[in-house]
Amino acid sequence: MTRTPGADLPEHPDFLWDNPDPKRAYDVVVVGGGGHGLATAYYLAKVHGITNVAVLEKGWLAGGNMARNTTIIRSNYLWDESSGIYEHSLKLWEGLEEDLGYPLLFSQRGVLNLAHSLQDVRDSVRRVEANKLNGIDAEWVDTARVKEICPIVNTSPDVRYPVLGATFQPRAGIAKHDYVAWGFARAAAAMGVDLIQNCEVTGIEQRDGRVTAVETSRGRIAAGKVALCAAGHSSVLAKMAGIDLPLVSHPLQALVSELLEPVHPTVVMSNAVHVYVSQAHKGELVMGAGIDSYSGYGQRGSFHIIEEQMAAALELFPVFARAHLLRTWAGIVDVTPDASPIVGLTPVENLFLNCGWGTGGFKATPGVGDCFAHTVAKGKPHPYAEPFTLDRFTTGALVDEHGAAAVAH
Amino acid sequence: MQLIPCPWCGPREEAEFHYGGQAHVAYPADPSALSDEEWAKFVFFRANPSGPFAERWSHSAGCRRWFNAVRDTRTHDLLAVYRLDEPRPVTP
Repeated sequence: MTRTPGADLPEHPDFLWDNPDPKRAYDVVVVGGGGHGLATAYYLAKVHGITNVAVLEKGWLAGGNMARNTTIIRSNYLWDESSGIYEHSLKLWEGLEEDLGYPLLFSQRGVLNLAHSLQDVRDSVRRVEANKLNGIDAEWVDTARVKEICPIVNTSPDVRYPVLGATFQPRAGIAKHDYVAWGFARAAAAMGVDLIQNCEVTGIEQRDGRVTAVETSRGRIAAGKVALCAAGHSSVLAKMAGIDLPLVSHPLQALVSELLEPVHPTVVMSNAVHVYVSQAHKGELVMGAGIDSYSGYGQRGSFHIIEEQMAAALELFPVFARAHLLRTWAGIVDVTPDASPIVGLTPVENLFLNCGWGTGGFKATPGVGDCFAHTVAKGKPHPYAEPFTLDRFTTGALVDEHGAAAVAH
Repeated sequence: MQLIPCPWCGPREEAEFHYGGQAHVAYPADPSALSDEEWAKFVFFRANPSGPFAERWSHSAGCRRWFNAVRDTRTHDLLAVYRLDEPRPVTP
């Protein structure tokens, strides 16, 4: 399949799926109509043949973090547990356009994670070696090679934080987030999944320690199983079932420039100077940085965060000095103490949890959809999801990915 | 920029402050007596409400003193500020 990137907009999403009223009962109710919820429903139907499924979305489909992320896809995480699920996801990305029969503008343009200090270099080399042991394409590249891969990066040695090298994952890249959501939604709806919008869950009903139904703004919906995919609002939902989660919801801001000629051939992330930048197919520079320090559900953050992010971007990319900022926004990210997700069973029977992806959930969309669908269908964790239990915070088996998460929390 | 009313200095720009997370989380009186579950609750689990939330702030680029605030996490409105040794005030 060859096509001009960005030129072949798919048909209007209104026509891609029905907008049904909820039925009185489903085998599985997925709460949250973002990428993870839609992917979970898709794999439930496709892999496990479970099609009596509703995806409940309190707003419009994929209007939360799925519409607000910076679309970076990579799998160069440090620990074996993370490598498992993120690399599984990347492999699914590589076949996803064919699988969904839908263009996703998935572009494997590589990601550079820059190192700016001796400690950065050591950590980066360690991560590259760990990645290689897990069969993930990763290499350490020196400053000259960074300049070859991305000529607009300022590699001058006389800046405050000089680029000393980088990790490079060539198979990493970006995709068009809306198309990803529409692709999953369309394919799930075609297999019989009901995608129900403007339907907010207000209560979770249980009997004898087992979930039986959800109360919603559109009435009670009985459910054999309930799968939570609510990202930033996971704490609020879990509380309805009497479950405390080790999450804090923060605003995470991102922004785009006006449309520019293609200048940026890859994805660049810098933990130390702290910004990550790619250029979307249409031409806008897409940037993000760290979370706002305080917790918040308001989908907006503080302007000084944007200011610091812009300063970092200009340090790395002096060529951006005359670009204009077009838009900024925030999503609500559910951050765990170890920067790894929580996927699996809960103390309530037939209630399943997928949350805590924090700042990195987009890249996991197909991977966690597959693993979470398996977990829900079989009633036990998928092997790739097994390390990410809720009780690791009690046992101490944390998966500390703060270094590879690339977003300061 | 959002103004935060420091109880000692008055309203100052948010960038002068550091966030300290949930307020009123007391160190366990007898840590060695806690079960793993109780210890995990103390170390890792914090309230994460959508709505009024009692939290700590430090006026780190001002008077450098800590204080508590009740803030609505949906709107970021500061509903009350109070001293660390005061109980959480009643807010609307």
